[in-house]
Amino acid sequence: MPEYSDKVMEHFTNPRNIGEVDEPDGVGEVGNPVCGDMMKFTIKVKDNRIEDVKYLTFGCGAAISVSSMVSEMAKGKTLEEALKITNKQVAEELGGLPGNKMHCSNLGADALHKAIEDYLEKEKISAKSSS
Amino acid sequence: MKEINLDYAAAAPVDSVVLDAMLPFFTEYYGNPSSGHKLGEKPRKALEEARKNVALLIGAQPAEIIFTASASEANNLAIKGIVKAGKKKGNHIIASSIEHFSVLNQLKTLQKEGFTVTLLPVDRYGIVNPDHLAAEITDKTILVSIQLANPEIGTIQPIDQLTALTREKGIPFHTDAAAAAGWIPIDVDKMGIDLLTMAGDQFYGPKGSGALYVRRGVRVSPIIEGGIQEKGLRAGTENVALAVGLGEAARLAYEAMPERPNKIVAIRDKLKESLFESIPQLHLNGHPEKRLPHNLNISVEFVEGEALLMRLEMAGIYVSSGSSCTSQALKSSHVLTAIGVPPELAQGSLLLTLGVESNVEDIPYITDKLAQVSELLRNMSPLYHKYLKEGNNNARVQ
Repeated sequence: MPEYSDKVMEHFTNPRNIGEVDEPDGVGEVGNPVCGDMMKFTIKVKDNRIEDVKYLTFGCGAAISVSSMVSEMAKGKTLEEALKITNKQVAEELGGLPGNKMHCSNLGADALHKAIEDYLEKEKISAKSSS
Repeated sequence: MKEINLDYAAAAPVDSVVLDAMLPFFTEYYGNPSSGHKLGEKPRKALEEARKNVALLIGAQPAEIIFTASASEANNLAIKGIVKAGKKKGNHIIASSIEHFSVLNQLKTLQKEGFTVTLLPVDRYGIVNPDHLAAEITDKTILVSIQLANPEIGTIQPIDQLTALTREKGIPFHTDAAAAAGWIPIDVDKMGIDLLTMAGDQFYGPKGSGALYVRRGVRVSPIIEGGIQEKGLRAGTENVALAVGLGEAARLAYEAMPERPNKIVAIRDKLKESLFESIPQLHLNGHPEKRLPHNLNISVEFVEGEALLMRLEMAGIYVSSGSSCTSQALKSSHVLTAIGVPPELAQGSLLLTLGVESNVEDIPYITDKLAQVSELLRNMSPLYHKYLKEGNNNARVQ
């Protein structure tokens, strides 16, 4: 087993917020099986806040722990706050990641941001069509 | 907690008979086999006895065995040694695309140095087509190196059909038998092999023990120069204890043939059957029959290997994977890629290798645990959810 921190192992053993939210307001997908990892984040937004967030992950121990950590960090935050979550912060919150696993942490925040951007895009379109 | 090793190809315990045979040569019989006096006598005799036992395992003559410190070293001596000795004859080398890195990386270097290297493709089971070899041999070919069996997918090559082609042209044929020696019967004469690599740690000998068989008359240059130990092909004071360990392991493997491998095959096949019965969307990598007795390589569709490996470790089961995430280079197995396993299935590959302690009683536990962790990881896999939504129409054909 790679040398993962206790925090990584804890999230890997008990991953939080697995799945897909019903009728998501935003969806963000990153990665592909060729590179080894895939993540799909779905979010529910209420009053500019991330009311619910879930994910599906195909990937290694680090990828699963990163997804779980990102979901915890994002829940309840405003969209602006959530967009500010960086991959570096996620890795730090997890007590660090082995050098060759840092790329996994890059996917987590990216997938979340994509889901938020997807929501914002849809909002723009619906605002336009209603005006 | 219960502990089950299903990664014996990575490491296996040294047989206690082997260890007992080795130990006196560290202390009591510490002499140098090259000494002219009495202290060298016993070690020298032991070294030659070991050579005889190693030769017996592969149907060779004792004088054709060169002790090395690993199979990687033996592969280096074979390839570099042939190339150095045969430079004037040509600059073309042929190997298969699924060789071990101790072969492939040397060939990469030789290519940079101006040699022409042909890597033969393999079929979906990992087998080299003799016609492909025949088509690639030229007047400039100085070496063909094709493994006897693949350490990862266990596929055994039709070696006599391949050597028949080099033999008629007088081209030396090297086979990396690190994964095969001690597990399947080998006769270098009948199989037409000119050079053969083996590793003691693959059949209950110590790590650090290997050998290269070089057929009498085949010209090889040394890569370690110095004294005239090992017929001048490997300088340095002989590691008598390790050589004794290899010899003893070879003797035991020879005596246990075919009972030991047959016993393991039976367990392996039961395990395979049990896993395929209990876990849907499981795929076998490698040939269904032409494979090493202790090797099982499967892909769990929709999930990634490192996550599987970690979850199985939590259940006390130790396995290995061809996933890119488990490799330091972050590349998925070149072997699985060469046999056409799609990337997502290569990521979910598990290499299970059985050994001495493997038994049928553990099979239900292994099956339950793998079924559990597969389900758990599938439930969080976007690929699995996609598959469930799109129905079975897109499912891979077993």
